[in-house]
Amino acid sequence: MAFSSEIRQWPPERVRDLIASATPAAVERALDRENRTPADLAALLSPAARPYLEHMARLARRLTRQYFGRTISLYAPIYISNLCAADCVYCGFAAKSGLRFRRVTLGDDEIHAECRFLAERGFRHVLLLTGEAPKRVPPERIAAAVRVAAEYFPSVSVEVYAMDTPGYALLESAGLEGVTLYQETYDPETYRKVHLSGEKMDYAWRLDALERAGRVGIRRLTIGALLGLYDWAIEGFWVGLHGRYLQRVCWQSALSVSFPRLRHTPSRFRPPRLVSDAELTQLILATRLFLPQAGFNLSTREPAALRDRLVMLGITSMSAGSSTRPGGYASRGEDVLEQFEIEDTRGPEEVVAMIRRAGLDPVWKDYDHAFFRETGTA
Amino acid sequence: MNLSSGVHDHTLSDPLIIAGRRFHSRLMIGTGKFPSAKALRDAVAASGAEIVTVALRRVDLSRPEEGDILSALDPDRQLILPNTSGARTAEEAVRLARLARSAGLPPWVKLELTPEPRYLLPDPVETLRAAELLVKDGFVVLPYIQADPVLARRLQDIGTATVMPLGAPIGSNRGVRTRDMIRIIIEQATVPVVVDAGLGAPSHAAEAMELGADAVLVNTAIADAADPAAMARAFAMAVEAGRLAWRAGMAPEREGAEASSPLTGFLFERPGEEAPRD
Repeated sequence: MAFSSEIRQWPPERVRDLIASATPAAVERALDRENRTPADLAALLSPAARPYLEHMARLARRLTRQYFGRTISLYAPIYISNLCAADCVYCGFAAKSGLRFRRVTLGDDEIHAECRFLAERGFRHVLLLTGEAPKRVPPERIAAAVRVAAEYFPSVSVEVYAMDTPGYALLESAGLEGVTLYQETYDPETYRKVHLSGEKMDYAWRLDALERAGRVGIRRLTIGALLGLYDWAIEGFWVGLHGRYLQRVCWQSALSVSFPRLRHTPSRFRPPRLVSDAELTQLILATRLFLPQAGFNLSTREPAALRDRLVMLGITSMSAGSSTRPGGYASRGEDVLEQFEIEDTRGPEEVVAMIRRAGLDPVWKDYDHAFFRETGTA
Repeated sequence: MNLSSGVHDHTLSDPLIIAGRRFHSRLMIGTGKFPSAKALRDAVAASGAEIVTVALRRVDLSRPEEGDILSALDPDRQLILPNTSGARTAEEAVRLARLARSAGLPPWVKLELTPEPRYLLPDPVETLRAAELLVKDGFVVLPYIQADPVLARRLQDIGTATVMPLGAPIGSNRGVRTRDMIRIIIEQATVPVVVDAGLGAPSHAAEAMELGADAVLVNTAIADAADPAAMARAFAMAVEAGRLAWRAGMAPEREGAEASSPLTGFLFERPGEEAPRD
């Protein structure tokens, strides 16, 4: 059964009740157990878990170290295009965002320039991004970009629109390591309200996309909810279930979770449920206790001071020195539309220094071309 | 055989021999998860390890840089044993091994085929296939395996240099949970048996050595210690203690107290003498 069917067993009312009715005793049971159940996750996400945050943090740090050691992986995003046929009310790229900046799709020479810039700064893992424009930026175009990036980086992932199986197979054969695809919100009703046009309106198509990617052999699948659209604790519960589902069905793919928090949105939209630092922290800790082996990403959406703290509490991978505008590193000017403003504006060398100060080892490379093709000598 | 003349002499007279190469240390170190290249370097030095394994997916063979794992190691003192961690198929593992060899690393490979990223458990089918390909290609192959005595025999028949059964899942620090199977593997082994993965404390390493393992490999328990170098030294001491105990011929465990006088002594008593009492 696909996850879009499985999740129907957990409608919003049921999850809300489960979280609201959690008791301190349920939280303590969840903390003491090794293999945590969905009910345990609900307890850890509940208000009853608030007094236990310190205890959760200790457990989360221990689990993270057990599986990942004292390391933090680094990556950088490369925006390939900001063309977008969808109308997602919270997004700067949306067709009707009202933002008057240039819309571009980078050519190969520009992608080369962006890659060169990041490779020179030490990056070995990049995430290629586009808007939702499958007609104007088709899978073949994205696969070509993957091949260009693979000349510079051992690990290339994408965050693009939901694809069909042949689309993912095409990217896989181009040397892609990972696919990141946020459901944005797992609440079907909210999903409908914030996605006003384009293929993205299809909730189930998007929700089952990562399974399609995993089934053609994509090695890393990254999920997440865009925090701020709906109740963060309920979203966290669904993200946890989605993660467990993918681990079960796509058992050869590694799972990662991101925690993107809406901060700056176009003026037509105010996020209904802004998530506080304490709530974000509780979410990360609860998710770590439920998915001990999953990689956790924290992007430059978050301010430096908070990233410096969360690096100790479950996060395993961070971006640094990011630009969210196509051509933003080397090839285009500031007249090009960016997706969102980043908060942590430090360069990679500053982020690396912070990671070292925290007693952690920055890891640039954690994947190799040789996994998917014959490579020459070093 | 005089075992009481000190640890130094003992390790010299009892080398570990893998593929014809002699090692005095029976502790191998994994290099992932350390907080810094310096912590790794200090731990390797304190451990006395002569075999240090490095994940090929982590190292940048094209650009050895300051702070990289390889820069923390001294190829004159340690055999750098490339591993194929992250490989899901035999072909991927073979490609990684060849890449390392062509980059100038020795033609030794720790074969890790772990298609399942959560517990990093080894795939026996792909491991056997890859071992065949790599042995034919001239590699010295040290395969990481489930503690499966039949698989261990199949691999040594193919010509692998060791077998490396897991004590418990990687990083779990649970100790020698596969004790009964490892005992059988050791009993049947024609190549060195290295207990790899899951050893969380020096006492676990000593236990593996007391069982008759030829060596152990440790990573997480050292890398994650508050003082990795001190923990590396503690593991080294435990490995030596366990080895010495095994060679000394450990008395078997007993259910309860046992009379030290023979129960059948009466058979040999002369008439009129009383049986001795405890």
